[in-house]
Amino acid sequence: MALTLYGETFRSRVLLGSALYPSPDILRRSIAAAGSEVVTVSLRREMAGGKESEVLLSIIREAAVRVLPNTAGCHSVKEAVTTAQMARELFDTPWIKLEVIGEEDTLAPDPFGLVEAARILTRDGFQVLPYMTEDLVVAEALLDAGCQVLMPWGAPIGSGRGLNNPYGLRTLRNHFPDVPLIVDAGIGRPSHAAEAMELGYDAILLNTAVAKAGDPVAMAGAFAKAVEAGRVAFEAQPMEPRDMASPSTPLAGLPFRLTERA
Amino acid sequence: MTVTVNGRRLETSAATLEELLTELGYGERKVATAVNGDFVRATLRGDTRLASGDAIDVVAPMQGG
Repeated sequence: MALTLYGETFRSRVLLGSALYPSPDILRRSIAAAGSEVVTVSLRREMAGGKESEVLLSIIREAAVRVLPNTAGCHSVKEAVTTAQMARELFDTPWIKLEVIGEEDTLAPDPFGLVEAARILTRDGFQVLPYMTEDLVVAEALLDAGCQVLMPWGAPIGSGRGLNNPYGLRTLRNHFPDVPLIVDAGIGRPSHAAEAMELGYDAILLNTAVAKAGDPVAMAGAFAKAVEAGRVAFEAQPMEPRDMASPSTPLAGLPFRLTERA
Repeated sequence: MTVTVNGRRLETSAATLEELLTELGYGERKVATAVNGDFVRATLRGDTRLASGDAIDVVAPMQGG
């Protein structure tokens, strides 16, 4: 089964950020190694004569990936809405990864601003992918605002801590079995990504864990394998853990013992 | 008049946003614009008159996570 986001299907379940790579060429090769079909981008002020954006756009064009612009760094509804509108014009897409940051140390999303911005943007024709916590009430409000995809964090952006609250993420997954759910942010290692996929998450969005690895291209490949493994494992329905041992090797026919008792 | 472009104050004689971008040398660059925090679509830049003290943002695609 492919991943479906706002009616578009993708084979890859790794969404990759485009920031912090040692070079544009390593970004290009990392996208290829991850097999990503969706790549996040952003907007920044640029003075006349800047060349950086041209390089990024050519990589995106060459990789033929779907672009997911973000509103990273926005702290208010107005900033996020204006940024989304500028992104829609520049990238020619209704998709927006909506970030409304509420707290500086953790980069935790502001749930109130997030829901309000999501409602405004959805009414304006955007297809919103909100960066959120795993809070069920916020999730419900975002769906009510028109979001058809939810992106809870695993841990704070760039922290690489993995899944801080597996219980909360499992609850969210179980509560919304039919909503595409993507773990966005906090993933540090392929095992974290596999864990999220084993919980039944539909995809992983990550950036720093690949870009800041010693060998980003190799790490991108490792994440592709982990996400694939986690997805297959979820579909194969993992066994439930139990408290006591249970021998895997059959006991019947074990030598050196009396098998018949009086 | 004095306006602010990407956080920097500068003097301009441009009457519209479109004229300002030309004056600053953006030319055909792919950028998006906002005036005083409100998005101004590319097709409306010629009709968007500037006033002294306006804060203009000019943004371009950038790497992001």
